Amino acid sequence: MTASTDVPSKRTPLYDLHLELGAKMVPFAGYDMPVNYPAGIMAEHRHTRERASLFDVSHMGQIRLTAKGGGNAADALETLVPGEIRELAPGQMRYTLFTNEAGGILDDLMVTNSGDHLFLVVNAAHKEADAAHLRAHLAERCEIEELTTRALLALQGPAAAEVLGRFAPQCRTMPFMSASFLVLDGMTALVSRSGYTGEDGFEISVAAKDVEPLARRLLAEPEVEPAGLGARDSLRLEAGLCLHGQDIDETTTPIEAGLAWTIGKRRRAEGGFPGAETILRQLREGASRRRVGIRPEERAPARAHTEIRDETGRRIGEVTSGGFGPTVGGPIAMGYVEKEFSAEGTTLRLAVRGREMPARVVRLPFVPTNYYRG
Amino acid sequence: MSKERYTEEHEWVRAENDICTVGISVYAQEQLGDVVYVELPEVGRQLQKGKEMAVVESVKAASEVYAPVSGEVVEVNGALTGDPATVNRDAMGEGWFVKIRMSNPAELDQLMDADAYKTYVEGLS
Repeated sequence: MTASTDVPSKRTPLYDLHLELGAKMVPFAGYDMPVNYPAGIMAEHRHTRERASLFDVSHMGQIRLTAKGGGNAADALETLVPGEIRELAPGQMRYTLFTNEAGGILDDLMVTNSGDHLFLVVNAAHKEADAAHLRAHLAERCEIEELTTRALLALQGPAAAEVLGRFAPQCRTMPFMSASFLVLDGMTALVSRSGYTGEDGFEISVAAKDVEPLARRLLAEPEVEPAGLGARDSLRLEAGLCLHGQDIDETTTPIEAGLAWTIGKRRRAEGGFPGAETILRQLREGASRRRVGIRPEERAPARAHTEIRDETGRRIGEVTSGGFGPTVGGPIAMGYVEKEFSAEGTTLRLAVRGREMPARVVRLPFVPTNYYRG
Repeated sequence: MSKERYTEEHEWVRAENDICTVGISVYAQEQLGDVVYVELPEVGRQLQKGKEMAVVESVKAASEVYAPVSGEVVEVNGALTGDPATVNRDAMGEGWFVKIRMSNPAELDQLMDADAYKTYVEGLS
């Protein structure tokens, strides 16, 4: 056994429920989390695309940002992200990025306009650093509150709206990327129509004390099965969604990552976010490398850090996420390549276990998304 | 008379004279989860006991399978290419990986028998 620092893993409020359901637990971002339940990753993945799966994502960070004095939280947050936050109507949410001075990505997050405050959901691995980042820059303008007594569930799949609609009928017709305070089975929740799977679905923020009864109640619905982080990863990869720390990080700009769409028109003109000079220059001139979808043409998966080569064997990039897509029925990957190789259909070679395997650049997502369009 | 043995890396070996069949144990396939790909050695390859012989991949990760004995690969289970899930369904039977002509059958005596392996696995949980 390797030496440990003897820091015990943290647990979400659903830890006991996971064990009761027979989950295989693994350490993730300092937490003991379920990677899968007895059904297994493939079955959990497929069930999400066919019906509805319930995920515990309580390890993620939930932060409330409230303006002090007569200020405006959106204005304050815009000094740290390239997104148009001012334009969010109450109840509207958006995906955005914390950037750094070099134009790299410190974390990706969801921001919701909750009326008198902004509600942020950040990655578990970065939540302390993100709170510190907010404090370092915004403490004078905003109260920054880490909502450590709240838990987070994700209910994802084509049946999610039908299921949640039994508790709160508004869920059926809530627009994609909107959020409302609703009462589910007697428990107040902030419900947003969003997710990380490419399917229709909801993320549900509730008090930690309510999450187990709510989870049990949802699992009791005939369409709903539990799913773990293994399926969460294969689902998001098929949806072409980035995982911070793998596909995006401090060394990747939003332009290289194919996330230029997160930078609104006004922000492109005005700047005013960290790394704006580099990022806006890349917007004008193009970036020298690009994130692409990759389909290995044989059966072997190509995992993160696999070298990507051109047909002469020269290194042209690296895989950042790779595995097997249960819905695709074969290996899939994402990675960065020199921009000359980023066009759909370009032939690539992947260096796997001393052999070069053929692959090609494909469009993302690998599986068509099913976001609610009303 | 056929002998069944196990390694600490959860490979099983069934030997009949100088030919043995090798696969991974039920415990191993449970730990791996759904198998999505198996890479087998070429027929004719010379294997060394304890060195890498094959790769088995689940959705999440690749794992190495080691040669439990030294010898030459005489047959590989081509069915695993089209249906890797066979390893999960029938690890001890249809999910076999390779057949080896052993160069040193005495190596089998260094491996665990079924009871010893059972105890070993219980100790891991």
